[in-house]
Amino acid sequence: MSDENDGPETDGPAPEERATVEPAGNGPGRGHWARITGAEGDWRSLVLVPVLAVFTALVIGAIIIAVSDIELLGLWGEDAGEAFRQTLARIGDAYGGLFTGAFGSVRGISETLTWATPLILAGLSVAIGFRAGLFNIGAEGQMLMGGMLALVVGFQLNLTIWLHLPLALLGGFIGGAIWGGIPGWLRARTGAHEVITTIMFNWIAIRFVDYALKTPFIQREGRPDRISKDVLESARLPKLLEWIDPQLRLNAGIIVALLAAWAVYWLLFRSTVGFEFRAVGANPDGAKYAGMNVTRSYIMVMAVAGGLGGLAGSTQILGVLGNATPGFSANLGFDAIALALLGRSHPFGVVLAGILFGALRAGGQQMQVASDVGIDLILVIQALIVVFIAAPELIRAIFRVKAVKGAEQITRGWAT
Amino acid sequence: MTAGTATVPRVLRSPAEIRRSRIIGIVYLLLAAFVLIVFAVGTEGDATFRLATPDDRFQLPDLMLSAAGLSYTVAAFLAFLGGVQLTRGFGKSTNVILGLAMALVAFAFLGWAAAGKSFSLVGMLQLTVVKSVPITFGALSGVMCERVAVINIGIEGMLLSGAFMGALIGSLAGPWMGILAGVLVGGLLAFVLAVLAIRYRVDQIIAGVVINIFALGITSYLTSSILVENSDTLNQVAIFRAWKVPLLGDIPFIGPIFFNHNFFVYAMYVLVGVIAFALFKTRWGLRSRAVGEHPKAADTLGINVFRFRYLNVILGGMIAGFGGAYFTVGSAGAFDENMTSGRGFIGLAAMIFGRWHPVGALGAALVFGFSDSLQAKLGILQTPIPGEFLLMAPYIVTVIVVAGIVGRARPPAADGQPYVKE
Repeated sequence: MSDENDGPETDGPAPEERATVEPAGNGPGRGHWARITGAEGDWRSLVLVPVLAVFTALVIGAIIIAVSDIELLGLWGEDAGEAFRQTLARIGDAYGGLFTGAFGSVRGISETLTWATPLILAGLSVAIGFRAGLFNIGAEGQMLMGGMLALVVGFQLNLTIWLHLPLALLGGFIGGAIWGGIPGWLRARTGAHEVITTIMFNWIAIRFVDYALKTPFIQREGRPDRISKDVLESARLPKLLEWIDPQLRLNAGIIVALLAAWAVYWLLFRSTVGFEFRAVGANPDGAKYAGMNVTRSYIMVMAVAGGLGGLAGSTQILGVLGNATPGFSANLGFDAIALALLGRSHPFGVVLAGILFGALRAGGQQMQVASDVGIDLILVIQALIVVFIAAPELIRAIFRVKAVKGAEQITRGWAT
Repeated sequence: MTAGTATVPRVLRSPAEIRRSRIIGIVYLLLAAFVLIVFAVGTEGDATFRLATPDDRFQLPDLMLSAAGLSYTVAAFLAFLGGVQLTRGFGKSTNVILGLAMALVAFAFLGWAAAGKSFSLVGMLQLTVVKSVPITFGALSGVMCERVAVINIGIEGMLLSGAFMGALIGSLAGPWMGILAGVLVGGLLAFVLAVLAIRYRVDQIIAGVVINIFALGITSYLTSSILVENSDTLNQVAIFRAWKVPLLGDIPFIGPIFFNHNFFVYAMYVLVGVIAFALFKTRWGLRSRAVGEHPKAADTLGINVFRFRYLNVILGGMIAGFGGAYFTVGSAGAFDENMTSGRGFIGLAAMIFGRWHPVGALGAALVFGFSDSLQAKLGILQTPIPGEFLLMAPYIVTVIVVAGIVGRARPPAADGQPYVKE
């Protein structure tokens, strides 16, 4: 706390926001929209900047597509017109594939929402941390640990689906909550920064899953490689669109994700606990002065965030995969950081951002088929989106949008 | 209790230090019990440690030890250390003793694992140095950035990009150009980090995360779109061969471990020395640290905070890019998607464990490299210990260190905070 006399106070949001303990959203003088949703800022920073960020990222992605084909680059010297035409065709094929793969058919929409499910849950995990001033980089590890516990409940117990599935999901929540709660506890009790501890916890979880998948209790019988037993049918999240086509993978996980988004919204903006979370996030010293228990808040925030991450892993295990292999979290926990920023750390924003990122994942596969532009381009686009979201001044400079709020600081440095 | 405090009036110790001292003492006793029960009781046979490689000039004879005897000795010594720690304490040499204790436990473990077998100790320690190379460069990159209060989470991405460019340019124009390209791309990514963190005051963790995602995405994309089809011409680089240092390389035991490696290892030694000297003995270093500890004071004294931050962050990125080139030019000879597989984060851990000091970072990287090479060699010894737990060790150690349970790591005071000139 000794460093509080310089640094954070001199920058960031306007002084009047800093001065009050009351978090944004409930204060007087804010718009109707803000009061309903608890969202900060005006429509420019809520809608315009994210849209322009996505647009700009796609444009830069198109440039990368254009310059990453060696034969096409050679053609520019011989026949510039033809090269231009082919380049446009290549970009068109790629983005056309991206769009049809994501939204062009029932299958596409199903895939988009299937990917969106864990993304939304993991995004909520990161977002709830942001709201409380904690940077949860550990969604990946929480997904893994939660998913593993859900897996064990899923294959070990033998119950009716009405009991088994909720228990498996609860197991996933608890597994993640423990994995997130320990860094929260360490932060509260020892000051160990959650960014460092959650990064380390991610890797511990990755290695642990590698190990666990080789133990006789979890490894599938008769298999030498790392693959788990199958989750019993009674713990699987039911498929939702089987009546159209049995191939469609969309499952009840999306309902879990939407319910979780609503629950997080209620927790953050309608409950006393959530008020404390946000107060601690806005100004921990002020919250302490106002009589709130900051230590308890840190632990609870990280436990809830971890639980949501755990749910994200569980929906992967119980819904899409049915068993665990190394890396079943598919880096979704890292995408979640980008997603929470894009969604402005608001539950409803996270849902929209989750659907967008789900569309990128689902469409990326179609893009690869339609135009042999590799799916890894999606990562580049996501990274660029975050750059423009995190540095809105870049958007202001490119598009001459007025009155965009400057960059936000979430972490207060490691030297606390 | 009162008598105890009365007899140590020399140094005033805070309650946290006393608590920490007690915890370390208890850790020693627990370790002694652990070594006794797991490694000593019921272990039979001699462990044979080979201390020389076949092509050494001076062939040291093999070291034969009774595995149980070794473990009993270590356990007794640890118990003694624990007793001293709990009653008298080791004062300033606490950390050195702690390191020694850990080394002894590792030795007892090796004795137990190699009981009845022959095991090349020199080979494993040689591999330790090799494994620590990218970790050290990553940690040095972190030290450079964080000493001027810019958190660099993007080390992993810089390593990965350095590895990619090392392979691509190295294949086209030779390994030296590959290294140069790796250095440049690392510097470029660091420049982006610096602009985002300093100019636009983006949250530095986010900026680092972005760099990691971007680097993973762009290298994987370019690998699948360009390198895979032309792997003969674009992804096949001549790797640096090991070169034995004259005289130093002939020192028994030490020589093959430290002085029979390729260019990158020697560059690592030099760089650690140069950065340590520059940070703590030169005007530039004093100013850099001032910028990291108290930028406002530094600014008042006429130091250009922004210039120092830009310069050091870019230098840090170049170091990471150089370390990344090691993966392809110094080791594998070809780029593979996500081939750094988290080494950048171990580098981050090594920086913290090494307390933001270049020499500490090297020491930490060697410790982490040891657990890595131990994991690689465990398969040969057929121990029942799963290798995954050894791979976890760096991360667990780091959590313990940042939590201050054994020792306390203190980052630069302004770390992570953007500076606004008034």
